[in-house]
Amino acid sequence: MKKILELQDLKKHYPIQKGVFRRTGSTIKALDGIDLDIYRGECLGLVGESGCGKTTTGKVIIRLASPTGGRVYYHREMGNPDDRVDITGLKKSSFKKHHLQGKLQMVFQDPASSLNPRMLVKQIIAEPIKAKVRLKSRVLEDRVIALLNRVGLTEDHLFRYPHEFSGGQRQRIAVARAIAADPEFIVLDEPTSALDVSVQSQILNLLKTIQKTLGLTYLFVTHHLLVVKYISDRTAVMYLGKIMEVASTADLFSTPLHPYTHALLSGIPIPEVGRKKHRMILSGDVPSPANPPPGCRFHTRCPFVLDRCRAEEPALVKVGKGHRVACHRQHEIDLLIPKNHNHPNPEISH
Amino acid sequence: MTKLLETIDLKTHFYTYEGVVKALNKVSLVIDQGQTFGLVGESGCGKSVTAHSIMRIIQEPGRIEGGKVIIYLGEKSQCASIDLLQQSEAYMEGLRGNQISMIFQEPNAALNPIMRVGDQVGESFLFHRKKEMCKKIFEALCAPKNNRFHPLKKFQQIVYRSAARNPDAFVLRTMDMIPLIRRWQNRLKKEAKRRAIEIVGRLGIPHPDQIVEQYPHQLSGGMKQRIVIAIALACNPTLLIADEATSNLDVTIQAQILDLLAQLKREAISSILLITHDLGVVAETCDRVGVMYAGNIVEVADVKDLFERPLHPYTMALLDAVPKLSMEGKLKSIKGNVPNLGFPPPGCRFHPRCSYTIDVCRELLPELIEIENNHLTACHWVMERKKTGRIS
Repeated sequence: MKKILELQDLKKHYPIQKGVFRRTGSTIKALDGIDLDIYRGECLGLVGESGCGKTTTGKVIIRLASPTGGRVYYHREMGNPDDRVDITGLKKSSFKKHHLQGKLQMVFQDPASSLNPRMLVKQIIAEPIKAKVRLKSRVLEDRVIALLNRVGLTEDHLFRYPHEFSGGQRQRIAVARAIAADPEFIVLDEPTSALDVSVQSQILNLLKTIQKTLGLTYLFVTHHLLVVKYISDRTAVMYLGKIMEVASTADLFSTPLHPYTHALLSGIPIPEVGRKKHRMILSGDVPSPANPPPGCRFHTRCPFVLDRCRAEEPALVKVGKGHRVACHRQHEIDLLIPKNHNHPNPEISH
Repeated sequence: MTKLLETIDLKTHFYTYEGVVKALNKVSLVIDQGQTFGLVGESGCGKSVTAHSIMRIIQEPGRIEGGKVIIYLGEKSQCASIDLLQQSEAYMEGLRGNQISMIFQEPNAALNPIMRVGDQVGESFLFHRKKEMCKKIFEALCAPKNNRFHPLKKFQQIVYRSAARNPDAFVLRTMDMIPLIRRWQNRLKKEAKRRAIEIVGRLGIPHPDQIVEQYPHQLSGGMKQRIVIAIALACNPTLLIADEATSNLDVTIQAQILDLLAQLKREAISSILLITHDLGVVAETCDRVGVMYAGNIVEVADVKDLFERPLHPYTMALLDAVPKLSMEGKLKSIKGNVPNLGFPPPGCRFHPRCSYTIDVCRELLPELIEIENNHLTACHWVMERKKTGRIS
């Protein structure tokens, strides 16, 4: 598998300014050292609770926000592995020089606020194309129509404003805008959480088809685990600015190794009746990212905490094929948690 | 099972500039004692409007146009059925937060940002339990072991005795307007706060005595939602309406809150009306489910029946459209969008999106009919199949 993006110790700190002189009091550590590889053609799901830094990761990758530290490397499709571009060091103007313009795109959570209400659909979708190449207006319009058809809209929608569409259709327009500039990588930031259940499945299927036909790579940011299960090939679990566990989705759902992943998985309400299961309920809330707890970040809520967890931060270590986890007790996790907690088992009921 | 609440042909319309939006079109549902009733549907289908109509807190330009909301209060032998839509506003004020209470969706909007959390919880005691609390304080004042000297003891005894008799007396209301004398309520407020700490502590919040002194912005989302639940539970309601109580919370916090609601239902409240769009939450917590679509209830059944053998095409499609844990292959989706309730399609409101449309569907709105034992559906297609004997 070829890499497309490589994140190395990526950090993003937001300063909190205080007082009359706007001195920096403390910093919110939204990302605190992320190591992650994204492979070409895959869909990587990024899950976690709100405020854990999922969206910030997406924003830093496509340089909507500049990282405080660390590196993001972009690997070319036709290059040797050493030929990589450091996106974090690039000036915005030199994106074009490296043929990176339009390669990295994003679809935002709320289509109502991510589309300019004063622009026609045609203008919205044509904008990224115009920024890249100069085309005659006829050709441009044909391109826009082709994009609209691809996302399930028609030519009739060309001269309308975003407010004339329903939520699902707006999200389709946002997707069309994202794929307009021939991207290779798209960050999907909770693209379905503002939508209804019946429309959500339409958008998910659309995203899957587009990925297949255009050969795209996705970073799917969401808090909805069942959606991740459906759409992504690999899944990364984040907690308080750190990656806790990365594995292929099937692996993660069948044999999660981190207690936090266990808690997340057992907490999903499953729309099937008669699935009695052992539910692991965490106490308390997520600590503030302004002063994360020392040692393992999860230790304040972890039911299996040791003294070692309070002092020493676990590293993200490789435990199996493509399975990495950051936990001191990952070897004994089978003994700590009853197995098959998310499979029907009448003996273990809560 | 004895009924607790029943709505019959409830109709609520909103009079907007664009025309009349028929948000509820003859909604009938029955909630039994001790039941958790789930109401599911997509956004804009009228779930919240149903709850607001039951509580009679529909805001302008909405109006309840017809139907009945009947609540059965009191013990089994002397069960009184009361139509809430016929009652006065004063009666409803006594009922809200007392017999029926509600947890709102957005804890940020439900809590007053400039009042301490404890005062907000205590407010419902001050409103609904004033008489009882005054009586208790009066008894404590007169108790023989309370022989500590207090210069205003005699005065307080008199005031609390009269307040225990009639808390809304004219004299008391006049006294409340005069500074210093107004302070007779201090003991009452203290008592309300004590009760607030007690109920907040019962919800599993650590250090309740410190939490009640804080303002909403100092608390986290899950904590705020617990406070909203504490307000709703303060007066031991018989019916708790939870309107998307967990929708804005994270998975781990949601698990905490759902666990708490299940535990509370075992101990304190008799019935819950749970409004949600998350089918997973319904499957895990409810006994009986009503599915709403565009202002109509399309199917009502026990939770097991509904998830295993849904009858209405909309319910079937909805269940197929959510990703599941044990799922393979492609997700099915419902074509089209939710209709605009200002101009609903004629006949069955689901027919433009339905894959089993027959001719009757385009003309006639189906009625909610019991197809099987305790399984109600409003669908012409299902009726047709039942007639031809394809459903046993």
